[in-house]
Amino acid sequence: MDILQGAFHDMFSPFALSFVLAAIGLNVHYGYTGLLNFGQAAFAAVGAYGMAVAIASFDIPLGLALLIGILAAVLLALILGVPTLRLRADYLAIVTIAAAEILRLVLSTSFKEYFHARDGVSAFTEGFRNLNPLPDSLTSFATFSRNDLWVMIVGWTLVALVCGYLWLLMRSPWGRVLKSIREDEDAVRSLGKNVYFYKMQALVLGGVIGAFGGFVGALGLASVQPDSFNTDFTFIAFTMLVLGGAARIIGPVVGAVLFWGVLSAVGTILIRLASGDNPIIPPSLMNSDQASNVRFMLVGIVLMLLMIYRPQGLFGDRKEIALDAR
Amino acid sequence: MPADTSTSAARAAEVLKDVPTEPGAKKPDPIIVADNITRQFGGLTAVDVDHVEIQRGVITALIGPNGAGKTTFFNLLTGFDKPDTGDWSFNGKSLKDVAPHKVARMGMVRTFQLTKVLSKLTVLENMRLGATGQRGEGFLSAPLRMLWGAQEAENTERARELLARFKLDKKEADFAGSLSGGQRKLLEMARALMVSPELVMLDEPMAGVNPALKQSLLGHVKSLREDGMTVLFVEHDMDMVRDISDWVIVMAQGKVIAEGPPESIMADQRVIDAYLGAHHDTDISQLEGVLEAEGHGALHVDSEADQ
Repeated sequence: MDILQGAFHDMFSPFALSFVLAAIGLNVHYGYTGLLNFGQAAFAAVGAYGMAVAIASFDIPLGLALLIGILAAVLLALILGVPTLRLRADYLAIVTIAAAEILRLVLSTSFKEYFHARDGVSAFTEGFRNLNPLPDSLTSFATFSRNDLWVMIVGWTLVALVCGYLWLLMRSPWGRVLKSIREDEDAVRSLGKNVYFYKMQALVLGGVIGAFGGFVGALGLASVQPDSFNTDFTFIAFTMLVLGGAARIIGPVVGAVLFWGVLSAVGTILIRLASGDNPIIPPSLMNSDQASNVRFMLVGIVLMLLMIYRPQGLFGDRKEIALDAR
Repeated sequence: MPADTSTSAARAAEVLKDVPTEPGAKKPDPIIVADNITRQFGGLTAVDVDHVEIQRGVITALIGPNGAGKTTFFNLLTGFDKPDTGDWSFNGKSLKDVAPHKVARMGMVRTFQLTKVLSKLTVLENMRLGATGQRGEGFLSAPLRMLWGAQEAENTERARELLARFKLDKKEADFAGSLSGGQRKLLEMARALMVSPELVMLDEPMAGVNPALKQSLLGHVKSLREDGMTVLFVEHDMDMVRDISDWVIVMAQGKVIAEGPPESIMADQRVIDAYLGAHHDTDISQLEGVLEAEGHGALHVDSEADQ
């Protein structure tokens, strides 16, 4: 029972929410436009840090601080996009992963009076928590604390709004241009569309959604640390996207929720099996401390099997994938 | 197949009657004028065109042996590649340093030698993409269907008419990636027409198309002229060139070496030389003497092989 409870908690927690939003942003980049952004962590980081530092160091009100976070993500997209979007897709991948690492190292080593190095920024959640409409008497509900619940209400509402907005966008002629660029950008150019401009719009839009993920994660953990935004962040978000099915509105959402659910359940089960006086898995093979790493191995195997037998993800269209083989 | 294309063919022949058959000939009403276009790839000069004009309202073929620079010239004219020197204009407006999408918006649309259909979009979506000036392609107006729904319906109607004309109407809901090679050529041509171009540039429209489909493609190209469009195409298929073109421009080694109506160009000595080599009908046993007489010096193939 507590296996399911733990899995349930991890599936919908604020932490998972930040990945849901990051994966939705990646879906705009990679799923719809074909932009291989390996630096989604950077977009989440500038969002989270932009908001947190604005509040913690400069006492800027929450609304304005969020706007600063969004503007920081837009700026990052422009800086990354101007030199690279004219080039082939792989260059964007290299530049974005490098930029994300540079940003993380700068955040953890420089401007310590604002970023506080590895300790990270904290004490910025008061304004947000004061807005919490839930009654004070409600200390916890379904394993979540009152503060977590407030973050989740806002976060999941945001996910729903973003998904609805993207659904409207992607069925429009604007979305059609994006999907066409993913297929063949020279063909789109030959039909009179400014490919560069559309790619930039997609990079900014997906980046801002990634920054939303940064906000939610920061408000949920009540602190922002540089190491939350390492390359794992991006690759886990990519994994979720592929698991759910790229270029589907609901794909990254379901992918992220399932990913955390499976990861959590597998972890709990492994720890159970490896602990106690007479563990089912002998300690010589795996002790309970190693279980949390082994679960990533198992998830990796599941993903490999998924890629082999269901490359389109859970919600993808098999026919679309089959076209690539022609 | 369009009913009658002979009138426009006759009109085209009439217009081109007095044009001299020499490289760089002046045309009565050129839609494209190109001057001194060169493009080098490393040490290789791929294109080196002094002057060329494309007559409006006729079908012009651009032919030449492999590696003559035809496709590179296409890319240069449409902005997909930048020349090292030169200037060229479309309807009198210079296209130097104009981005390819702007060239297309001006009314000069191309297709590609390796067909570029958008595989994971349906045939109808491929067509709709071609329409220009779509309000729904703006980021802000895109979520609001009431702003672009009516225009989309018009574009869809036009797309269906074109698909019917190209016999692709049964396929409109299929992914473009599931079409055959020839059908893709048709789709690409139909999609180019969605832009409502003045000049259609076709890069090897017949490559890989079966003979039956070829006939209908020929008809489609002719019908473009009937509709008042100008067509410039690159082709290796001489039957097609003879059948539908009003004027032929021959390129070899990056240069325009001959121009003229198809009947005269097929007999032009320079063209035959370019395709077959200048000594293609010289007896091999007498080749050495001929070359010596021309001042190339004697061949020493045998003695070099012995060393």
